[in-house]
Amino acid sequence: MIVNRKPLTLAERLYLPAIVGGFRVTIRHALRSLFGGKTVTMEYPEQKWAVPPDYRGAPYLVKDQDGHTKCVSCQLCEFVCPPKAIKIIPPGPAGELADRPNAEKMPHEFEINFLRCIYCGLCQEVCPEEAIFLLKDYSLTGLSREEMVYGKEKLLALGGVHGGIQKWKHKLEEAKEQENFPVKV
Amino acid sequence: MNWNFIIFSVIKIAIVVGVVQGMVAYAVLAERKISAWIQDRVGPNRAAPPFVKAIPGLGPVLIRLGLFQPLADGLKFMLKEDFTPAGVRKVYFWLAPAIAVIPSMLVIAVIPFGSQIGHQQMVISDLNVGILYTFGIVSLGVYGIVLAGYAANSKYPFLGGIRSSAQMISYEISMGMSVIPVLLIVGNLNLSQIIGWQSQHGWLALYSPVSFIIFLVASFAETNRLPFDLPEAETELVGGYHTEYSSMKFALFFLAEYSNMIASAAMMVTLFFGGWTLPFWGLDHPAGNLGMGIAHILVFLVKMLLFVVLFIWVRWMFPRFRYDQLMDLGWRKFVPLALVNILVTAIVLWAKS
Repeated sequence: MIVNRKPLTLAERLYLPAIVGGFRVTIRHALRSLFGGKTVTMEYPEQKWAVPPDYRGAPYLVKDQDGHTKCVSCQLCEFVCPPKAIKIIPPGPAGELADRPNAEKMPHEFEINFLRCIYCGLCQEVCPEEAIFLLKDYSLTGLSREEMVYGKEKLLALGGVHGGIQKWKHKLEEAKEQENFPVKV
Repeated sequence: MNWNFIIFSVIKIAIVVGVVQGMVAYAVLAERKISAWIQDRVGPNRAAPPFVKAIPGLGPVLIRLGLFQPLADGLKFMLKEDFTPAGVRKVYFWLAPAIAVIPSMLVIAVIPFGSQIGHQQMVISDLNVGILYTFGIVSLGVYGIVLAGYAANSKYPFLGGIRSSAQMISYEISMGMSVIPVLLIVGNLNLSQIIGWQSQHGWLALYSPVSFIIFLVASFAETNRLPFDLPEAETELVGGYHTEYSSMKFALFFLAEYSNMIASAAMMVTLFFGGWTLPFWGLDHPAGNLGMGIAHILVFLVKMLLFVVLFIWVRWMFPRFRYDQLMDLGWRKFVPLALVNILVTAIVLWAKS
């Protein structure tokens, strides 16, 4: 369809409607944001945005429902980590035992370098024990490079108890069900 | 040459230059705040010297208004690296900011910003050819910009400089011709006399509204403000003529732009809105005492600030003109209109006499 351009009226050629409209729109917005307090600005450090549920924030280590370390120092996350931000020192043959009953070991040291981390979430995806999760934290800051390398204690403290996924409890229930499973010969 | 004259002139110059510089700093703040309000934002509200927060009640309000932002901006300009690119023509590159600033400050010399305090007239230089002087100086302002564009040896500043030379020369003509009816009506080039005439007969904007409109639009073009900011045109030319400048040299261009704005606001107030006079409360004749003298200066400042706010407001209202539209408006609309305006005014005055 061809839309013919209407010739401009005299007022339009003098820019009058545009000028009046410009003044009206701008004064309306100015008064609204000046006296009505209706601004779109979120004043960041005081107000923070609610992150969406699937937001990938900083990866932290989580504890199980009893407050034990979930990580078993398998080092899968260390191997999968694309920017090599994770460093795990396993306990070794004579090291300390895990602090929960159904695991053999837990990491001697677990470090995440948040200067390297790219928040990709592969560590969370690969973890067989569901011990590391990308939580909601963003805007991590520090005054030195050393400060940005988080150790095991700090990661566990920040991650907190994550009782929602209780893998071993469910495995136990599954195992019991297996025993009662009617086997047909 | 008597010493009295020299001493009082120096004092007046120091005060006027200081006040204008301060107004430039706060005009930048006003620009940022008004733009923020128009765009539903908050604007600068963080800068605070350490002791201000402690003031109960008032302190947070001052910080919220961003009143200390100009100090922080100034400090930032001083501390930034003053970088001179390798390919520039150094002499012109260093000269251009100065050439841009000096005319913008010189214009203010002839503008009467008050009646009198004691026996001192509140004008730095009461020239008999005040308007001619103003136009002469204003047209020098373009050299700073053109030189900056040329010296930078870079394509965007060059385009900015070219555009500015064409634009400013075009609008200078309609601006100059728009004032001629005013001169015909008043019969004098002295700005103090023009104000005196207006205090007797009423504001000239009522006598010659077409002149005022042409002058207003042309002064937008002269000061490179939107909708005529083609020499800067951030969206097209990076930063226009001052792309290659940094630190204090960039700040000088900023200073020039805003003091041009203040100067043309002052010119409009003087030529069309009665300068320091108000038609009531006995403010329309030269002051007899100190209080009235100060009141006149305040009246002038308020009128001028209203125009500065208009300049800022319009910037956030309209998109930029296209280059050919700009030239069309200047040459094919305003120049003939100004000529007709001169003719009509002359005929009316002739018929009356």
